[in-house]
Amino acid sequence: MSIGILGQKIGMTRVYDGTGVITPVTVILAEPNSVLQVKGQEKEGYTSVQLGAFDTTEKRVSKPEAGHFKKAGATPKKFVREFRTNGDEAKVGDQITVTRFQAGQLVDVIGISKGKGFQGVMKKHNFAGQGAAHGSKTHRRNGAIGERSTPGRIYKNHGMPGHMGDERVTVQNLRVVQVREADNVLLVSGAVPGAAGSYVVVRTAIKGQPKVVQVQDSKPQNPMKASKAKK
Amino acid sequence: MKIIQKIEGEQIKADRANFNVGDTVKVHTRVREGDKDRVQIFAGVVISRASRGVNEKFTVRRISYGEGVERVFPLHSPRIEKIEVERTGKVRRSKLYYLRGRKGKEATNVKEDLVAKAASKAAKVPAKA
Repeated sequence: MSIGILGQKIGMTRVYDGTGVITPVTVILAEPNSVLQVKGQEKEGYTSVQLGAFDTTEKRVSKPEAGHFKKAGATPKKFVREFRTNGDEAKVGDQITVTRFQAGQLVDVIGISKGKGFQGVMKKHNFAGQGAAHGSKTHRRNGAIGERSTPGRIYKNHGMPGHMGDERVTVQNLRVVQVREADNVLLVSGAVPGAAGSYVVVRTAIKGQPKVVQVQDSKPQNPMKASKAKK
Repeated sequence: MKIIQKIEGEQIKADRANFNVGDTVKVHTRVREGDKDRVQIFAGVVISRASRGVNEKFTVRRISYGEGVERVFPLHSPRIEKIEVERTGKVRRSKLYYLRGRKGKEATNVKEDLVAKAASKAAKVPAKA
């Protein structure tokens, strides 16, 4: 586990690589994050690093919060998140920048998805709905939701209409296309949850890292011969 | 938004925009064959230019062995080596899709823009001297 970075989704564009392949990318602005607190095994019972991003004024934060920022020697921040770590990888007052990431690396991006309001089951849960014509009088309803007296109840997690979106969404294994240190910008392949301007967390992918293709000696090895050579 | 414009601006090749719809062009594209790069030429009439900025693309139509062939190129692709204008066309449409329905001699027949030709010639002469 390592520290990620806090940023803001700016929008999407496309970039060409050297061979002319177009990649759709999301532009993530991540100005240097301040390390606000380092939590340790002895005091808090777990190890983590707390980062803050996007300056605000002291007026906008509560007094306890203001004290917390002051203690870290940082200006008040709008967006504060914590990353679990294995040891002390940073100390209070450090600046975390986009250079933590490299082009080609895989990252996870966490954001708040766009709110869709109250939605029906077809949009929300990809239900099929009913016939549009041939006398069908139901079109976009959920249909049957359970059985008869056994089990006599509706199973949990059954798809129903309701509020959709505006929730925390993680997109895993997005490739970092460019790291633009001068602009404090990361270009990440593909789409990222949330509207342009919303805050996102970028972390090293917890599942996969790209397989490094190792070019091996192409000479085929005969295990029989190898055992003979030993004798 | 300014960051996006900056990223896109870096990729835009300003020297690419010197042709219009109706022009007969030769598009030199780099094609990768095995591990060698080769330049391939696609010649024909530009029948459309669409989108803006880095996303801009254009369509070139030609008649190849009696069959109409169209290719869409991203204007700012690094795969395009250069775009040569063979003949400037005089057209009254921004999209020459009407050429698709035509057959034979008419199929690629676009009037030449003599004024533009003379102007580009005049521009070229002092450059040479």
